Amino acid sequence: MSATSRPPIPFVSGPPKPTYANDEYSIRSWVLTTDHKRVGILFLVTTTLMLALGGTFAMILRLEHLTPDRTIVDALAYNRLFTLHGIVMVFLFLIPSIPAAFGNFLVPIMIGAKDVAFPRLNIASYYIYLLGAIVLLIAMQAGGLDTGWTFYTPYSVQTPAAVVPSLIGVFIVGWSSILTGLNFIVTIHTMRAKGLGWMRMPLFVWSIYGTSIIQVLATPVLGLTVALVALDHGLKWGLFDPARGGDPVLFQHLFWFYSHPAVYIMILPGMGVISEVVCTFCRKNPLSYKAIAYSSLGIAFVGFLTWGHHMFVAGLSTFDAGAFGILSMLVAVFSAIKVFTWVGTMYRGSIAFKTPLLYVFAFLFLFVFGGMTGVAVATTSLDVHWHDTYFVVAHFHFIMVGGSMTAFLAGLHYWFPKMTGKLYSERWGLLSASLVTAGFFVTFFPQFLLGNAGMPRRYYDYPPEYQTLHVISTVGSWVLALGLTITLTYLLWALKSGKRSGDNPWHSASYEWMTRSPPPKHNFDEEPVFPTDPYDYTETGGIAHHE
Amino acid sequence: MNEANASPANAPHVPYFQDLERQAHAARLGMWVFLASELLLFAGLFALYASYRAHYPQAFGWGVEHNVRLLGTLNTAVLICSSYAVASSVHVLRQGRAKLAAALIAFTLASGVAFLVIKGYEYASHFREGVFPGGQGRFFLENPAPGLKLFYTLYFLMTGLHGIHVIVGMGVLTWLLVRILRGKVAPPFTHPLDIGAIYWHLIDVVWIFLWPIFYLTPGSS
Repeated sequence: MSATSRPPIPFVSGPPKPTYANDEYSIRSWVLTTDHKRVGILFLVTTTLMLALGGTFAMILRLEHLTPDRTIVDALAYNRLFTLHGIVMVFLFLIPSIPAAFGNFLVPIMIGAKDVAFPRLNIASYYIYLLGAIVLLIAMQAGGLDTGWTFYTPYSVQTPAAVVPSLIGVFIVGWSSILTGLNFIVTIHTMRAKGLGWMRMPLFVWSIYGTSIIQVLATPVLGLTVALVALDHGLKWGLFDPARGGDPVLFQHLFWFYSHPAVYIMILPGMGVISEVVCTFCRKNPLSYKAIAYSSLGIAFVGFLTWGHHMFVAGLSTFDAGAFGILSMLVAVFSAIKVFTWVGTMYRGSIAFKTPLLYVFAFLFLFVFGGMTGVAVATTSLDVHWHDTYFVVAHFHFIMVGGSMTAFLAGLHYWFPKMTGKLYSERWGLLSASLVTAGFFVTFFPQFLLGNAGMPRRYYDYPPEYQTLHVISTVGSWVLALGLTITLTYLLWALKSGKRSGDNPWHSASYEWMTRSPPPKHNFDEEPVFPTDPYDYTETGGIAHHE
Repeated sequence: MNEANASPANAPHVPYFQDLERQAHAARLGMWVFLASELLLFAGLFALYASYRAHYPQAFGWGVEHNVRLLGTLNTAVLICSSYAVASSVHVLRQGRAKLAAALIAFTLASGVAFLVIKGYEYASHFREGVFPGGQGRFFLENPAPGLKLFYTLYFLMTGLHGIHVIVGMGVLTWLLVRILRGKVAPPFTHPLDIGAIYWHLIDVVWIFLWPIFYLTPGSS
């Protein structure tokens, strides 16, 4: 569309109309909904509950490490708790949180569609997730799973714990992930509004697209692998059992073929959130749209070729280990492209220092730590020293919590007015963002030092010389928990009695703000047209049209 | 024949799509994406097979020799015929010849039954010999090589998973058969049969790869 023929945008016009949230109030209208926005809210509420649950387990784990010996739980309970923490956080919070909650709510609006391509499949995906979550939690509670979230054979085949029902739960949750990814791929391909080409989509859509490809291609391998472990455990088929001629290292290959790309299922959507928030609060177009869009696809692709870096001490040949190491470092190249592009976007921008942007600063700071130590552990000679120590624990928590959860919180604040039509308290937002960031850093930075000093992961006891660092880490976890609790409190308060936000409180040029907040049932009151780019902050650009 | 009694542009479609053509495109794309996912599911098993065959080449070669090549080949022929039939049914349904399309789908379903009968006969003869998954049964007491146990475990896993897909595919085609006979799937609304047929082809293609690794490649033992 040429720049001269920009019609004024009549999206927000006429008397107030019902929104997706208030056109029907019955429970039935929520639990049987096919509206992508309501499905997104269902996912948001459920995954937030899972975050609270997984966080509670983590708090008990940290409390246990306050003293070298027993503090509050015994060794078996400790093993069960870190398994619960890992499984709940990975499968029930991190993987579905941003794609299934924000992705569902926003992707169709961002591309000007009325819904996703398969709305019934979408709500089915939610119930499959819910069923899997219930099966998993009951199985782990009743049977006391103590394998860790990685289910390594041969231990997982031999332990008397409830391995089979837990794996069935993981298998079911996996289906939800595949169906959500499939839905997004088809939606982005076939439902973009007229004139909205690939290179004009908001960057969040690109990151969800890359994520969906990983979900569709990697998850079936996990499903297969956990099914085989269940058969090994339940029926003694022995595919991974060395006593029966099987090879446990093959399990590790198949498991990490999913579980490494799964890291990018968790972080790529977060990167999409960061791209949106940076542009909105710096009132600038990204330094390079293409660099961010293509690096998302680059991470999705290279992510499939790096799984061996989890197995440097499992007997890989020197050549294989070196190849996996170099391929893993390529991920850092794509990530660095993104980080520098975001920082370059801020340069000479008109920065509005709001809570979502504070979370972006936290993300950049913490993600660089996580990313650089990722390059370090991808170096085979260094990894032999750090393997299975707290160094690795700290590394992936900097990515998963410092990266993904921080981005989740950035998105939650940024899109809170979009989803609810209400404003949260900026003062409380900035305070708790500072607490979360500081608490996180104090919790996990000492773990790098612990790991480097030789503290192995998943150990119940430790020698007294590690105690100081463990105590610092535990105190940090209290600050982190306090920050998150305050966040939940003021957001719930804002939902009930917050000030009305208006349609576009951040004055964003991106497409999701072109409709009302909260949006009407079919997203737009009139057929949407997107005459300007989503990051066009020029005087005649998107903002001039929106308002 | 009632061909082209409505152009796809103004045919009835789900309201959140621009037109029926877009809706059909989305449905087909969705099925292709799903097949990509299915392919990776089987790929994990093929990777296991390749790895264990490299570990135990002789036992795997011996296992392939022990399987009845005629039955495997017969099943290949059955599935290829069924795929031809289902592809033809897509073609004739677009021309509006619903009865012929239904007959071709019925033929495909009959082929599916024939496949399962042959496969079931094979399984039954394995069980009679004492060959069970997981290296259980008296066959493995007489032939204790660990590679052989893994060969048959993988054999039952891969053909079993394939068999489940055959049953699911037959379910999908049965549902489509009913919809076609009731006139619910008729031009221009024919894409549901497209996606059912694409799924059936996947079942065929997977078998084309199972056939050589379990029946045709005894190796040089």
